[in-house]
Amino acid sequence: MSGTGEIVAGFMPLSDSAILVAAAELGFAENENLKLTLVRETSWANIRDRVAVGHFQAAHMLAPMPIASNLGLSPLPVPIVVPLAVGLGGNAVTVSSALFEKMSAVSHVSVLDAAGRGRALADVIAARKASGEPMLRFAVVHPFSAHNYELRYWLAASGIHPEKDVEIIVVPPSFMADALKAGVIDGYCVGEPWNSVAVAEGTGHFATVKAAIWKLSPEKVLGLKKDWAEKNEEALHALLRAMYHAAVWCQEPANRFQLARLLSKRQYLGLREDVILPALEGKLQIGGGESADIPNFFVPAAHHATFPWKSHALWFYSQMVRWGHADGSPTNQALARNSYRPDIYRAALQPLDIPLPEADMKSEESDGVSAFFDGAQFDPENPLA
Amino acid sequence: MASSDLTILVIDENKLRASVIEAGLREAGHARVTILHEVYGAARRIEALQPDVIVIDLESPNRDMLEAMFQLSRTVKRPIAMFVDKSDQRSIEEAVEAGVSAYVVDGLKQERVKTILDMAVSRFNAYSRMERELAEARSELENRKVIDRAKGILMKTRGLSEDAAYKLMRKTAMNQNRKVAEIAQSLVMAAGLLGDEL
Repeated sequence: MSGTGEIVAGFMPLSDSAILVAAAELGFAENENLKLTLVRETSWANIRDRVAVGHFQAAHMLAPMPIASNLGLSPLPVPIVVPLAVGLGGNAVTVSSALFEKMSAVSHVSVLDAAGRGRALADVIAARKASGEPMLRFAVVHPFSAHNYELRYWLAASGIHPEKDVEIIVVPPSFMADALKAGVIDGYCVGEPWNSVAVAEGTGHFATVKAAIWKLSPEKVLGLKKDWAEKNEEALHALLRAMYHAAVWCQEPANRFQLARLLSKRQYLGLREDVILPALEGKLQIGGGESADIPNFFVPAAHHATFPWKSHALWFYSQMVRWGHADGSPTNQALARNSYRPDIYRAALQPLDIPLPEADMKSEESDGVSAFFDGAQFDPENPLA
Repeated sequence: MASSDLTILVIDENKLRASVIEAGLREAGHARVTILHEVYGAARRIEALQPDVIVIDLESPNRDMLEAMFQLSRTVKRPIAMFVDKSDQRSIEEAVEAGVSAYVVDGLKQERVKTILDMAVSRFNAYSRMERELAEARSELENRKVIDRAKGILMKTRGLSEDAAYKLMRKTAMNQNRKVAEIAQSLVMAAGLLGDEL
């Protein structure tokens, strides 16, 4: 075929697969003469394995996954590059109605007040401990996920030790609401629409949101095998441009309804549009009949949302070291930093003549206000400080 | 049998396929085979069993849960993904294509479990072949039924013989470059809409 190439990309049926879906379905890939085929997967382990054996040239990945692979921490580790981030935000922490009631009895603050909600949870946990009740159990989708690290960050900054005061297990996204209903877990951190599903069933409440824990924070990325990326520059650049245009389209409020309809198709999320739309609009039902407008809940393109900041890779690395998931060393730090490749992003998007960040790293602060709910500073030059 | 002392756990939501694999393992002399149909609550079973080899289907969303369990658990012997020896790229690909994945306890010699995986891969492939053939046979049967109904409609509405009714459909199919079953399907649907179905 004439054109820039063919790419088969794996994705998980989550709202943030939107950018890949829009790129493949709405002509953005075609405009780049790229044949983009999407394959839905059932686990992150499958995505990892099928990228490793070459079934997929590219894939929707959890932001820390490529770092874990490059550090040799995952089974079947192969060098992976991240030339583009697949948007920012999109997650929430949901707790059971019973737990939410206890938290509300301590204090009832806005879902956007991550610190207040964290303090309420810490009080509940302290009371449980005093009365000898078993530890609360939370779930995340994968050990090497933004979900795991932001949940741990929120808990720890609220005075809750994520290993000694609670238990954190792994449950696949689509099973979260059922596990909560069955009482197997007391809460979870997951992407949409799996928080809204528990709210709709009346079994869960939003405890807080990713956008409140860390404003405009990284979530999923596009990952490719390094050797494939190096040998197929033209196809890769075409994919990045297609995804950039798709992300801009997804960001446009006027397109959200069409996007929800597209994602609702059986081959993508296979869920009703009215379950998908609220997260795209940031207008969510948060439980007990309450709704909330959550600024920057899911950001596909604005604020350079697709730029693969090396400082984001280093934040995940800092948390992996913090929780004993990786060893801190200059070698590992360099491997983590170089997992994200803004150089490839710039090279691919340079013909578009759009403003691109000049730096590879940024501080998580704007107008002197930290993006983290606890006001912490993160220095990417010294990530383990 | 050299490898019959290994404890093998098969996790497959597809009960039929799981039993096909179990039979294969037993035939190959493995007596200690356990089947689980879901990972939910499997932690305790795995702790009790202490399997040397775990075989799991790739369709299961539970692989992430299973891997995390290995990573976190202090009581389970550490199973690691098979194929850490990347020299055998071909067998990795074959397994992933067949839709099966395996985990082996760290330190276990690759040769000892290679035959187990090969067996699982061939049984997975045989199972999907069987499933495909079954689906084809089923749709063949459906086609024949719908053609029979369409023939009946033509015989009634046009006063044709059975043979003439079939020939008419075949001719239409050839003219439109479609299958006879498709023509029959449209005919049955149209007749249904017009309310004069038999």
